[in-house]
Amino acid sequence: MNVIWLVLLSISIVFAIVTGNLEPFTKSIFEGAKSAVEISLFLLGVVSVWMGITRILEDSGLIYRIAHLFRPVMSRLFRNIPGDHPSITAITLNVLANLFGLGNAATPLGIKAMQELDSLNEEKGTVTYEMMIFIVINTASIQLIPFSVIGILAGYGAANPAAIVLPVLIATVISAMAALLILFTFRKILK
Amino acid sequence: MIQYINYLSLLIIPLFILFTIWYGTFKKIRVYDSFIAGAKEGPGIVLKIFPYLLAIFVAIKGFQASGAFEAVRNVFHSSFASLDIPLEVFSMSIIKPLSGSASTALFTDIVKTAGPDSIATKMTAVIMGSAETTFFVLAVYLGAVSIKKTRYLLPVCLVADFVGIVVAVAVVRWIF
Repeated sequence: MNVIWLVLLSISIVFAIVTGNLEPFTKSIFEGAKSAVEISLFLLGVVSVWMGITRILEDSGLIYRIAHLFRPVMSRLFRNIPGDHPSITAITLNVLANLFGLGNAATPLGIKAMQELDSLNEEKGTVTYEMMIFIVINTASIQLIPFSVIGILAGYGAANPAAIVLPVLIATVISAMAALLILFTFRKILK
Repeated sequence: MIQYINYLSLLIIPLFILFTIWYGTFKKIRVYDSFIAGAKEGPGIVLKIFPYLLAIFVAIKGFQASGAFEAVRNVFHSSFASLDIPLEVFSMSIIKPLSGSASTALFTDIVKTAGPDSIATKMTAVIMGSAETTFFVLAVYLGAVSIKKTRYLLPVCLVADFVGIVVAVAVVRWIF
């Protein structure tokens, strides 16, 4: 991330000077800051709500039952996570929320999953392999029905807005599997 | 069918919450107190994520405003044209990993200008549905647990995004 950030900002500033876009550039810095604050405020609400709900799941023991239920599926991907660890539940709920396109629930549950995965992290501050699997699955974003896309297509009078569902599903499944394959390959090569 | 699934997805969160609070009550948990105790963690988490989000948003907005984004796009446009892939696909492939709201705006614009049934619209629609705002996900999830060393995660995500776009283009070509 360090390199990306350095390169992105350096290129931007050099470009802003060369093309004379200095004023919009400076403005955009503060616009970026404003967006970060707005999104954080939004996250503050949804994350707190879901932290509250998952605490009920923990206190009632339901979280371990759900973990147990999905253990057979998840254990294939996350081999180093022990038995009924709560991270399995958080990961499962996050994947289900993504599947149904519930973005507002998926992000907080994903944060919860990362925290649970970090409790197994022996080297704090360094990403674990399990976290990488989880993030890669998330960025591949398996989604059953892309409602917002269908909404826009329908709004502009597409002949059959729902026709996009099947190609999206096929593309998302293939790219998710490809993403995992890429992760496995990187691990093999770099080990 | 779509409407049925839409209704189901609307139903899922309320039912899940209802089940959770009643299961807790059944297990003799004071659900209100549990909820408060859990929600208390929220602000701390968001505060932890904030600097990561700030760094990524400042860099991305600056990149777009400086004209560098336009320049990169123009360089790659010609190679896309030679592959007979609509230029809109390229714009979407760069925007989607960076920003959710910007990609929605771009998609709306593509639907408007290229037409709702054009091949450019179909390809970008599949990218919209099957790709994620990678940098946002990375900032939020890594920030939440203060990860500084990302090992090979970033190259994996970038390669995966690229493959995802190739797959999206190929699938649309194959189906339509």
